[in-house]
Amino acid sequence: MAYTYYPGCSQEVSTKAYNLSTWAVAGALGLELVELDDWNCCGTSPSYSLRSLSTFALNARNLGLAERHSPGCDLVTICNGCFGIMDKTNRRLAEDAELRERVGEALAVIDLEYRGSVRVRHLLEVLVNDLGQETIQEKVTHPLEGLQVAPYLGCAFSRPSGIDDAEFPTALGDLLSWIGADVVDYPLRASCCGGILMMSDKKEVALKLVHNLLADAVRRGASCLATACPLCHLNVEAYQGQVNARFGTDFSLPVLFFTQLLGVSLGLGREELGLGTELVSAAALLAPHMT
Amino acid sequence: MATEVADSVVRESDLGFGEEAIRHRKELLECIQCGTCSASCPTAYAMDYTPRKIIAALRADQLERVLRSNTPWLCASCYYCTVRCPAGIQFTDFMYLLKRMAVERGLHPPGSPALYQAFVNTVDRYGRSAETELMIRYFLSTLNPLGLIKLAPFGLKMLLRGRFPLLPRRIKGRRNLARMLEYIEEKGEA
Repeated sequence: MAYTYYPGCSQEVSTKAYNLSTWAVAGALGLELVELDDWNCCGTSPSYSLRSLSTFALNARNLGLAERHSPGCDLVTICNGCFGIMDKTNRRLAEDAELRERVGEALAVIDLEYRGSVRVRHLLEVLVNDLGQETIQEKVTHPLEGLQVAPYLGCAFSRPSGIDDAEFPTALGDLLSWIGADVVDYPLRASCCGGILMMSDKKEVALKLVHNLLADAVRRGASCLATACPLCHLNVEAYQGQVNARFGTDFSLPVLFFTQLLGVSLGLGREELGLGTELVSAAALLAPHMT
Repeated sequence: MATEVADSVVRESDLGFGEEAIRHRKELLECIQCGTCSASCPTAYAMDYTPRKIIAALRADQLERVLRSNTPWLCASCYYCTVRCPAGIQFTDFMYLLKRMAVERGLHPPGSPALYQAFVNTVDRYGRSAETELMIRYFLSTLNPLGLIKLAPFGLKMLLRGRFPLLPRRIKGRRNLARMLEYIEEKGEA
């Protein structure tokens, strides 16, 4: 079964490791991904904060293209932000006839339509539910034994989508345990990283949230964090220096996309997993698990 | 009586359009002021009014004060309030609506929507988000070139890892996309 793949803008450069490792892992697991041709940005929360109809139309363009090019295929994304707004668009279009009509008129301007047949999914949920434990474990050659990983999922994976528990999502911890990692008990797994506030004039608030996330992970013995969202990833990884400067801490906690850790367990190489692009190096941490 | 008051406030507040307005109007009336939203909000401590107070203020006909507050701009869209509300109020969506209303009426705190406007600007033009141009536009629009300079060490670290987007990526259908968005602008968002 093929899936239409929507990488999302961050994955083109700033978190390209997520895109690279997704392709590598999909190849190794026999998951067929077809990238959506000429996809556009989902607009995510900044767009929805300023305009409603345009945001739904931006997302309906992607959904309409997916429906046209690969009918019957689910649309898979790896970003919580993209996932959240595409899922919202699908649900709002299904329940609101007036909105459906107005989005339809906008799409007609570019000779496109969307009939609502595309299911929006997150790659993590696809791996856990469609492939499942047995299929994944069969391919594991380098189990991550002894690696203490805190599963950090953030918000939009399970809220408000409901694809996992809204308060205590388990998909990421499950997957990590299947590939041999020691999953750290991490109650902040679905807490907020501050999202876009980190780049705004509300940065102070976001730095404090990230400080809490890092402090709790370290206190609980994590040697790294696993993420499933580029924005969470950027906030907890690339901003560690600024958190340290602000709070007088000395965090140096590697953060890896779950696809990178999965790739390591499947015996994939550094380059194809985009390892070495992190600001907090994970080289020493992963060395014992890589051949 | 309370219901009638709230009802008229909401009607005059002109909350959004269509189904969305109907839903939010119903929500304002059904809030039981338990404060679960405020207790769940990770940024409430920095807000002028907590989420619970926002609803109380709207019921008391204080829409302008609400729109002038920093509250909607501190919402990180984590959806904890939404999934925990015992009355089923989708407060996160309500925050988005308040942001749109504040911008439409020019009541927002100065600078608050600047980042979002810079973001949308690049998306509409290229069809993709362009992080570098976005940050340059943002700091220039807030007349804060110092912010840009402070960002330089971070940018350099990203550059050294091949993670600094120097040029915007463009989609093939960007002219079509622009036509679609122009059409919406002409017809109106609401």
